[in-house]
Amino acid sequence: MSSMLASFLTLAAILFTIGCYGVLTKRSAVIVLLSIELMLNAVNLNLIAFSKYGIIPSLKGQVFSLFTIAVAAAEAAVGVAILIALYRKRGTANVDEYHELQS
Amino acid sequence: MELIFAPYVWMVPAIPLVCFILLLLLRSVLAGRRAAIAGTIGSSLSLLLALFILIEQLPSGSDTLTWTFEWLHIGEIVIPLGYELNHLNMLMLIVITVVSLLVHLYSIGYMAKDKRLPTYYAYLALFTSAMLGLVLAPNLIQLFVFWELVGVCSFLLIGFWYEREAAKAAAKKAFMVTRVGDVGLFIAILLLYWHMPNHSLDFSTLAFVFESSSTLAQHGLSLGLATWIGCLLFAGAIGKSGQFPLHVWLPDAMEGPTPVSALIHAATMVAAGVYLVARTFDIFRVSETTMTIVMIIGGFTALFAATIALVQKDLKRVLAYSTISQLGYMMLALGLGSAAAAMFHLFTHAFFKALLFLGAGSIIHAVHKQDITEMGGLGRKLKVTAWTFAIGMLALSGIPPFSGFWSKEVILSLAWEQQKLWFVVAILTAFLTALYMARMFFLVFTGKSNSDKASPDIHEAPPVMTIPLLVLAVLSLISGFVYTPFAPWLEGWLGVASSEAHGPVWIMIASTLMGLIGLFIGYWRYGPARKPIPTSRTWVYRMLERKYGVDECYRWVIIRPVHAAASVCLALDRFIISGCVRLLERVVMQFGSGWQRIQQGQLQTYGVVSLFGFAVLAVLLFALRRGFW
Repeated sequence: MSSMLASFLTLAAILFTIGCYGVLTKRSAVIVLLSIELMLNAVNLNLIAFSKYGIIPSLKGQVFSLFTIAVAAAEAAVGVAILIALYRKRGTANVDEYHELQS
Repeated sequence: MELIFAPYVWMVPAIPLVCFILLLLLRSVLAGRRAAIAGTIGSSLSLLLALFILIEQLPSGSDTLTWTFEWLHIGEIVIPLGYELNHLNMLMLIVITVVSLLVHLYSIGYMAKDKRLPTYYAYLALFTSAMLGLVLAPNLIQLFVFWELVGVCSFLLIGFWYEREAAKAAAKKAFMVTRVGDVGLFIAILLLYWHMPNHSLDFSTLAFVFESSSTLAQHGLSLGLATWIGCLLFAGAIGKSGQFPLHVWLPDAMEGPTPVSALIHAATMVAAGVYLVARTFDIFRVSETTMTIVMIIGGFTALFAATIALVQKDLKRVLAYSTISQLGYMMLALGLGSAAAAMFHLFTHAFFKALLFLGAGSIIHAVHKQDITEMGGLGRKLKVTAWTFAIGMLALSGIPPFSGFWSKEVILSLAWEQQKLWFVVAILTAFLTALYMARMFFLVFTGKSNSDKASPDIHEAPPVMTIPLLVLAVLSLISGFVYTPFAPWLEGWLGVASSEAHGPVWIMIASTLMGLIGLFIGYWRYGPARKPIPTSRTWVYRMLERKYGVDECYRWVIIRPVHAAASVCLALDRFIISGCVRLLERVVMQFGSGWQRIQQGQLQTYGVVSLFGFAVLAVLLFALRRGFW
């Protein structure tokens, strides 16, 4: 049983790391958004794994992950809308050219 | 007798003050000529009220009318404000209001083309108000307040044409030099405040305490202290009245408009020093030493300034030195123990010196220059000016029956009785006075003009300027009769005690003769048949022309060292103190801009940094939990 939990958690960690790498290194904002989704799904996988093989198994984790999926969908919609607006304004979708935060 | 007008004496200074405020506030309405007319109306109202009060006061005895209210409450001490009317300041009120009104009137013509006419009239009104407040003050604190206010007005009016460098410098000089004396006055007030019973600074209390050395001892003051207080008060008087060694500001003050010179620097403000001494005369009289100092300074200044006036070329400067000399005369009279004689000379001098200054203004108005050696033959063109100027000259030279004769005669006989040495000085001064006045008069009004291009369009000033001249000429003629040997009425009226007795008749004859000789030598040397003035000069002449080098002496002894010290301090401040601050600032700036590079606005970089930081923290936490350290 616990070996199943370990392999799920390992998969989730790999997914999260790939997502994190994508967020921090990719230039294209679309890829960055995709990577964020990847990180969210890694979290979902964790939730489900714990709800099934955790110390106190219950349905709560699965319900949580359903909520997370819904919120992630909404977030993706908002993120892409902002990105389109930014692209219209700046003419680029490259993250490293958005440096308004510079003093 | 019921007093009707006297309780309203506070309105005499209040009316010009209201004028001043109105002139400042209603600049859009009271512009140009209207401002001048408003100012003149204000000062004539003041004069009218003063005249009514004078008529009321003429027959009554020497009782004083005092009214005060509490102004400040400091602990248990009350500083009152109010007025005190007695015959001494009644006389001053009349002098100030008369001269002020005439100067207001005269300025309508003289300053007609000036753009800042409302400002000019506002300053004049403020000055008149402050001067009237000064003479009405019942205590030393109030007197000091108005004393400074008068100084400020003098500063403003000397520097009225502030676009001229010389006027600016002169205004500053006047302010600084009189400040030296004012410090003395201030210390004297502090000393009095400290030592007087109940901290009272009323003139009446002062007179009571300082009545004699026994009353002094009664109130616990020593004679030495009284001497010190007297000397310090006198320092204030020296500054204001242009006595040696603080006389240097007065000739330079002639950079101001000529009517201002007549009002402030000849007739009224410079007399404030004499008034101060006369008002606090008991403090002076109680100490022999103080009286001697007053006498020496006064007598020396009289002679000293008269010699300088002999060689000055600027029309107004001759008159300025003459003023210094005459103020010295008044101080001499005070030092010899007669406030009445000093006030009498102040009274007559105010009229004829104002007349001479306004006459000089009329000349300048006509020819637009001030160098008397370039003038000549103006008598035919400026008839009114020439005649009134002649009256002023005769009055100043002490020729009977003009007013100056009577007042000088009083001082001369006083000197004869008290100190023969000062009699010689005084009569020598009288001779020199006649000589320099004759020199000026004949150079300006007779003979041919020295400058080749004598402009033909020289004409007499408008009536608004000649009427004040005529009024002052009449006053110069008659004002002497209030105090003649045959009817010494003024002395009794003033009620100031003095060791008075008229000297022998020959003094009158001698002083008249001295004046006549002076005038005659002046006529012979500078009259219509004058020879061209030689260019080579003796060393005496050069020394006089440089005013005995007093200014140079001050420059080397005071101004240069102070400047040097100031520039050392400036260098210290600029390079050392300021340098340290700037170094610190530079370091902080450099440090900041180094770190600024990191903030380049790349979100992903920030992400990497925070991830790295998180990792470091996580490892640390892990290590601590496991107890690796």
